[in-house]
Amino acid sequence: MAAVALLEARALTRHFGGLRAVDGVDFDLAQGEIHALIGPNGAGKTTFVSLLCGRVPVQSGSIRFAGQDITKMPAHQRVRAGIAYTFQITAIYARLTVLDNIALAVQSRGAGNLAAESMAALDRVGLASRADMLAGELSYGHQRLLEVAMGLALRPRLLILDEPTQGLANSEIDAFKDLVRGVVPEMTVLLIEHNMDVVMDLAQRITVLNFGQVLATGTPDEIRANPAVQTAYLGG
Amino acid sequence: MTGTATKVWALHLGVLAALLAAQFVLPAYHAGNLARIMVLAVYAMGFNIAFGYTGLLSLGHALFFGAGLYGMGMLVALAGWGAGAALVAGIAAGGAMALAVGLLALRTAGVSFMIVTLMFAQAGYLTILYYTPYTRGEEGIVIDRAARVLLGFDLSQDIIRYFAAFALFAAALLVKLALVRSPFGRVMVAMRENEERSRMLGYDPFRIKLAALVVSGIYAGAAGAAYGLLFGYVGASFASIQYSILPLLYVLLGGAGTVLGPFLGAVLMFYLIDLASGITTAHLLVVGVALLVLVLFAPKGILGALRDRGLKWLP
Ligand SMILES: Nc1ncnc2c1ncn2[C@@H]1O[C@H](COP(=O)(O)OP(=O)(O)OP(=O)(O)O)[C@@H](O)[C@H]1O
Ligand SMILES: [Mg+2]
Repeated sequence: MAAVALLEARALTRHFGGLRAVDGVDFDLAQGEIHALIGPNGAGKTTFVSLLCGRVPVQSGSIRFAGQDITKMPAHQRVRAGIAYTFQITAIYARLTVLDNIALAVQSRGAGNLAAESMAALDRVGLASRADMLAGELSYGHQRLLEVAMGLALRPRLLILDEPTQGLANSEIDAFKDLVRGVVPEMTVLLIEHNMDVVMDLAQRITVLNFGQVLATGTPDEIRANPAVQTAYLGG
Repeated sequence: MTGTATKVWALHLGVLAALLAAQFVLPAYHAGNLARIMVLAVYAMGFNIAFGYTGLLSLGHALFFGAGLYGMGMLVALAGWGAGAALVAGIAAGGAMALAVGLLALRTAGVSFMIVTLMFAQAGYLTILYYTPYTRGEEGIVIDRAARVLLGFDLSQDIIRYFAAFALFAAALLVKLALVRSPFGRVMVAMRENEERSRMLGYDPFRIKLAALVVSGIYAGAAGAAYGLLFGYVGASFASIQYSILPLLYVLLGGAGTVLGPFLGAVLMFYLIDLASGITTAHLLVVGVALLVLVLFAPKGILGALRDRGLKWLP
């Protein structure tokens, strides 16, 4: 790739007992791309991105982000360095208002006018009219959206989305796709996704994980045509 | 937004105004009680910053109260310090003790944190007894009237004592109100609600919780030092497990995570015990029954229940 690498992982490994959840993964993210990470259930996708964002400690291997070695950096510092992660299982503050949820993200990155910038961040995802509701009272789709909005409000350089469209209605998925398209190339997006329509529509590159290892990396067309991927994942 | 702010300030300033007026209306006996309650409420407010807002259930806050009490008392009794300097030292002792305990105890969470803080406080209590030659142990230190003069005011006089307790209470209440409505207050609550989420928003849980615990310790230290100065007595029983549980009871009764809850809880519990001990020697039983009723019918305490039933703006 000619593009500038934002993130480089080398021989990244994490085993749980005998289980090779992530096993010697080399992985590059180009600045400004939308990169999809796919693979069967239990392939190690969540574990792999958890190593990148620091939620799970690296067992061996290394990670460079924006030219800096972050292999041992604690998670909260990686967030400050520009890596945001949105949880596979929705993790919002259910008992706080929608506005407080987003404000926590906005004030973390530092804002001149906290109230105004928080409302703007909600407006961007169409949740401004629900600012005073408790987040736990939102519909499931809106909770997912709030989770993504919190990631965006951090203004990260790398936004990692772990199955963001899971459980969303089709209309919500379309809106979500527009949202993601709108954040590149300022941000780089790493997207874990089971919905292949979303993957093929959004991603410039795709990496396929299987049993903790990289099965293939390439453009959507290359991945579609790859026989190994077809057997392992796309079901022939 | 501004409507909420008006209501919040009106309520809290109203409570302070009522307390100021109470001194002129209440019989001396109750005014004396109220002075004591206000100082204990400062202690409970500090406890609430850790427990109610940040989600840190410590069973060792008597250590911080005791640090303030003995920090002040021993400097006055043994080193001859003036009340003002000793008060400041007591406040600092509470914060420093919380810092030291937090650095170690905050490596644990949940039940382990409860146990570790309990052990620290117990160690502190035993230390006070061990150094009885200096601390006077169980018997305690009586602070001379002559030493209880702050900025020219004789704290042993009822009216002055009331206003001194009120001044401390008012300052503690307003600082707490500002704190919990500030961005940092929001982060404390975020730690209580979901630590992992907060970490992934870029907040360091250890530092946030340590900061909250130190503020909590400063409150406890201030209450301890003031208690010794106002009532003239410094004793080991104030550093015992009972005094770690006391603010927890106040906070649970009044409402954890509410600004006025600790004061409300302190008033009610104080008079509940006062009334019960007039009727029966088993007044702890009455306290137990009251707590049982509370847990069954208002698990979030009185103000917590009110907040759920319409007063959403209550900080
Ligand atoms: N903390 C852990 N301890 C033990 N095993 C774990 C842990 N986390 C994940 N695993 C195991 O590691 C493997 C990979 O899990 P991971 O969640 O990374 O898969 P995934 O590709 O994200 O799957 P899905 O598509 O279902 O989300 C699974 O077998 C899982 O059970
Ligand atoms: Mg997963």
